[in-house]
Amino acid sequence: MTHYQFPAFSRVLHWLMAVMILAMLFIGIGMVASVTEYHWLLSIHRPLGIAILVLAAIRLLNRLVRQSPPLPNGMPTTMRFAAHGSHVLLYALMFAVPLVGWAMLSAARYPVVLYGAIHLPPIAPQSDQLYSILRTAHTALALTLFALFLAHFGAALVHRLVFRDGVFESMASLRSGRRER
Amino acid sequence: MSEYENPRPHYRLWPPSPETITSLVTIGIAVACIAAGFAYVGGYLTPQRLTQARIIDRFEQINGVHPGFRRNHAKGVCIAGTFDSNGNGTALSTAAVFEKGTTPVTGRFAVAVGKPFVPDNETEVRSMALSFRLRDGEEWRTGMNDIPVFPVRNAQAFYEQMLAARPDPATGKPDPSRMQSFLAAHPETAKALQAIKARPFSTGFANASYNSLDAFRFVNGAGVSTPVRWSMEAVDPFVAEGQAGVNKSSPTDVNYLFDDLIARLAKGSVQWHLVVTIGTSDDATADATVAWPETRTRLTLGTLTIDRIATEAPGNCSDVNFDPLVLPAGIAPSDDPLLSARSATYSNSFRRRAAEAKTPSEVQVPNVTKGASP
Ligand code: HEM
Ligand code: HEM
Repeated sequence: MTHYQFPAFSRVLHWLMAVMILAMLFIGIGMVASVTEYHWLLSIHRPLGIAILVLAAIRLLNRLVRQSPPLPNGMPTTMRFAAHGSHVLLYALMFAVPLVGWAMLSAARYPVVLYGAIHLPPIAPQSDQLYSILRTAHTALALTLFALFLAHFGAALVHRLVFRDGVFESMASLRSGRRER
Repeated sequence: MSEYENPRPHYRLWPPSPETITSLVTIGIAVACIAAGFAYVGGYLTPQRLTQARIIDRFEQINGVHPGFRRNHAKGVCIAGTFDSNGNGTALSTAAVFEKGTTPVTGRFAVAVGKPFVPDNETEVRSMALSFRLRDGEEWRTGMNDIPVFPVRNAQAFYEQMLAARPDPATGKPDPSRMQSFLAAHPETAKALQAIKARPFSTGFANASYNSLDAFRFVNGAGVSTPVRWSMEAVDPFVAEGQAGVNKSSPTDVNYLFDDLIARLAKGSVQWHLVVTIGTSDDATADATVAWPETRTRLTLGTLTIDRIATEAPGNCSDVNFDPLVLPAGIAPSDDPLLSARSATYSNSFRRRAAEAKTPSEVQVPNVTKGASP
């Protein structure tokens, strides 16, 4: 008998990105509230955010080509809906937050510096109003992502501690792949 | 066939077993701890922490809110021209702007007050902000003032000094006792203000020299990092204000600084030499209140030529944040705490003004001025 589990590559991506995104949320909220730490935090924020964007693309492709384990049989419809819906939203935000970050810097006509001379081209026209809208959107979307992360984290623990339905283990197991037991 | 460990998981939470309650409470606490950590890092639990938003709030508290304008250096005009590098800088920095050749520049002249309609004679500090557009899309922005040193060492002192120097609404003048107690706590500011007061004013923007004040680091191809401060030194001969018969206290024109600049540019381009002062290990890089010794090596890296001037308008310098930490590879920040503070504060000022409706600038450049809009 084997147990449902995400493929190892999916699990690696999931945990790597979980750490990166959580770090980014803390870096982001911390840098805009600190005059002394602002610069070095922002210098990490840009390349780390772009790395998340790249990984999100890889992850979406991986998700589309590889089978994900089904949800447990007895799971109520509303819970399934909440699970799928929140995962779609998480994917959307993994793209939207860094893309909006990049676009807002473009609209403000800042060079989008990643490291040293390495920088990205602008992806939005220079415009004060556009910057202003995107800057507000970056905050709103990042805060939504944080709220969704909290819900996701809480739900994962409920699966583990209350439902004990194996959903937590399907992502959290360290086993290398599907193995007979 | 694959399956889940527990073939019959229970999804019913009601009525909850004591075990379920314990689990849910534990999870709730874990989630709340992360949320609280986030709120703490974001400064929501520490209202007394000095943040960029609070510094800009204080600017607004002192100067009023002038929608669409910079919260400091609010009255200004856009300029453009070129920088011709003589190649001397390549020994110190890999930045492409220092290779022999020409780099396009846009910029802004301003007076260092947060009121966009302040009469020029009520101002004491003038500024030149520049954006060098390097090849391959890199950029170097710098904001310089025509004072020899900066009055404060860090953002906290800046914040306190703003309040100490705030004019009393009753008298229109700062309360001397407040300033005295600030200076008693900040002897470095007292010293810096002496040096600032001792400097003669130039008659205008064109014959003033502007200083980075903050220290930076030039990094060359071998990875050697050199502490530097830079200046734009006027080629137009310096004339002290009183000397030329311009009486600071009763000017005939509230925009005389800007109008003189427009008139000067109508006659031809204006030039400055970019001069870097090379610091040694004895020189403080983290203290902009202290001048480096006169004996330090000074190197001329090129000439700035300004030949165009235009009213602030959407799309030109008015939409640029002259963040001093927009730097190309080869120029790095020093440990001067003012740098990160400026970057953070300017960003907040920029964010607020970008969201606001624009009022026409006090400084209007007549169309007769030659050249295209910067
Ligand atoms: C998953 C990726 C990202 C997350 C989770 C994230 C999160 C955040 C957060 C929470 C803030 C603070 C918002 C506020 O309270 O106002 C922020 C600000 C910011 N982010 Fe991001 N961000 C991401 C990607 C990016 C990217 C890719 C860029 C640019 C290339 C970027 C540039 C910025 C900038 C410039 C600021 C504001 C700085 C200021 O206004 O002074 N972010 N981000
Ligand atoms: C912590 C100390 C400082 C604070 C809080 C501060 C604050 C500000 C603010 C809010 C602006 C308007 C930014 C914008 O909306 O684009 C500004 C502009 C400027 N600041 Fe500072 N500043 C500080 C230190 C300095 C220093 C050390 C210099 C050194 C030369 C300097 C030079 C300038 C210049 C040249 C501008 C005008 C740029 C332009 O014309 O757009 N500031 N400052």
